[in-house]
Amino acid sequence: MSRPSTGWSGGAEWLRGEGEASDVVMSSRARIARNLAGYPFMTKATSEDRVQVLDLCRRRILSDEFKRASGAESVMWVDLHDVDKLERQVLVERHLISRQHARGKLTTGKGGADQPRGVAIGLPSERVAVMVNEEDQLRIQVIRSGLALSQLLEQIDRIDDALEQGLDYAFHPRFGYLTACPTNIGTGIRFSVMLHLPALKLTGEIERVKRAAEDMSLAVRGFYGEGSDAVGDLYQVSNQTTLGKSEHVLVHELEREIVPRIIDYERHARRTLLEKRRAATDDRTNRALGVLRTARLLGVEESMQLLSHVRLGVLLGLLEGVEQQRVNHLMLLVQQAHLQCSATRELSQQERRIERAKLVRKSLGGT
Amino acid sequence: MLCENCGQHEATIHEVLIKGGTKMEKHLCEVCAQVAASEPSSNLPINELISKYMVSPGVHAGEASEAREAPAPTVCPSCAMTVREFRQSGLLGCPVCYSVFEDQLGPLIERAHEGGACHVGKTPRRALDSGRERGDVERLLGDTRERAERLGALRKQLTDAVEREQYERAAQLRDEMRRVASVLGGDVGGNAGDGEQA
Repeated sequence: MSRPSTGWSGGAEWLRGEGEASDVVMSSRARIARNLAGYPFMTKATSEDRVQVLDLCRRRILSDEFKRASGAESVMWVDLHDVDKLERQVLVERHLISRQHARGKLTTGKGGADQPRGVAIGLPSERVAVMVNEEDQLRIQVIRSGLALSQLLEQIDRIDDALEQGLDYAFHPRFGYLTACPTNIGTGIRFSVMLHLPALKLTGEIERVKRAAEDMSLAVRGFYGEGSDAVGDLYQVSNQTTLGKSEHVLVHELEREIVPRIIDYERHARRTLLEKRRAATDDRTNRALGVLRTARLLGVEESMQLLSHVRLGVLLGLLEGVEQQRVNHLMLLVQQAHLQCSATRELSQQERRIERAKLVRKSLGGT
Repeated sequence: MLCENCGQHEATIHEVLIKGGTKMEKHLCEVCAQVAASEPSSNLPINELISKYMVSPGVHAGEASEAREAPAPTVCPSCAMTVREFRQSGLLGCPVCYSVFEDQLGPLIERAHEGGACHVGKTPRRALDSGRERGDVERLLGDTRERAERLGALRKQLTDAVEREQYERAAQLRDEMRRVASVLGGDVGGNAGDGEQA
C-alpha cells in the first residue's frame, strides 16, 4: 500500500483558494451515504459481513467506470485497519476520512482500530474520497475550493451511478436510500460549505449569523465537522434534513439563497472594518503576521487564529507579499499529524511547537 | 422602538429571520436577545428526537386502545435489533428495520427532517432501468398511492415557490414532478432518472 503521508506532492486541491466567492468560501463538499441491500448496517454487522462488504465495494471502486466517473488520474486504496494512527490522522486532517472512521468505532462505542474498513482517494487532486464501512457502508465525498455545489452534485451523481452499476443499494419507497441513522435517509446527501468568517467574528455578529442559519435548518460546525470548534474562524454550514427535498432543491437553497447571504454579511463586515476600524484592523493583521514571522513556539490553535487574521489582511489589501494560497496551505500544514509526518522521529509537544514555529517562519519569510 | 418582548427597554438588536420561506423581523433589547440566544435551537440531536418523538408501545394510551389488536413490533426479525437498543444508540440494524418499525419511526423521522415524510429525489438508476416489470418499479418507488402522495407534496412545494416568486426553484420542482409523474403514469421504461444525467 502507498503511504498516505509520503509522495503526495499536489493534493488537497480544495485549499487552492480558487473558484466562486473564494474570498469567503474556502471549499464546498458533497457527501452521500449508501448501504447495500441484503447486509446488516454496521451496528449489527459481523466481522464476516464487514469483510464481504469491504470486498464488494473495493472491487467496484477499483473499476474503470469508477475512475472515469471520479475524473481522477488514479485511485489509491487504503486499508485503514492496516495503517498506523499517525497516517489515519493525516487523512483526517486532509478531510479525506472522518474522525470516527479513523478510530473505527461507531458512536455506540462498538468496534476499534482493527475493524475491516478502508478509504479510496482520487489522486492527485484528492477531490474524491469514498469511505467503506464507516457508520454507513459507503460514504462518498467530493470536495472543491470555492462555492461549487452544482458541479459537486453533478460529479457525485456520476460516481454514485458508477458504483451502483455493480452494487445493490438498500432503498425504501417512502424513506429513500436507507442509512444506519434515520437522520440521513432519503437522498442521503449532505452538502457543506466551509466559510472563513473572521470579520463577522471581529464585529461580534457571528452568533447572530449562526442562529439565523440554524433557524433555516442548517447545521453550523467547526473546521473538523461535528463536535469540533471553529478554529481559525472557519465554519461549516450544511443541510440538516435529507428527506422530502430533492438534491437539486437542496443545492438551490444553499447555493443561491442561503450561502450568498452569509457571504454578503461577511463582505459587509470586512468593508466596515476597513472604513470604520481601519487602524485597528491594520494593526491586528500586521501584528498577526509579525508574530508568525518571529515566534519560536506555536500551538495549533494560536497558529490557526493568527493565520486567519493574516488571510483577512491579505484579502483586505493590508498585507503585501503574502499569497492567500500559501496561508490556506499553512492552515493544513500546522496540524499535528502533518507536522509529525514531516519529522523523522516522534516529537514531544514542545518539539512540535518549535517545529511548527520554524515551518511557519520559513514559509512566511520570517527571521 | 421598544423591545417587542418586554416592551420596556429600547430595542437595540434587530434581526431578520427567514424560516420556511417566511420573513420574520425581531426587535429585541439586549437582555431579551441574550435570553433568546441561550434557548436551544430547533436542531435537536438524534437522542433527544428519539426520547421526544418516537412512538413507543403503551405511551399513547388513547391511541393504543384502538390499535391494541396489533401491538407494535419490538424486535427486527432480520437482524434482531430491538427498539430499546435503537433508543440507546440512535442507529438501526439493517434495511429491514425501516419496514418493521415504520409506524414507530414515522413521527421521529418527520420531526428530524422538518416535516419531510416521503423521499423526493434520486432513485437507484440501474435498478430502475433493469426493472421493467411493474412489480419491480413498485418495490423501488412504492405503489401508485405512495407515488401520488409524493407528487402531491411536490405540487404543494411548487405552489409555495410560485407564491413567493422563487421561479428558479419552481422550475426545479416542476422538473422533479415530471420525473415522478413519468413513472406514475405507467411509463416505467427507465424514465425516472432522465433530465440531469450526463
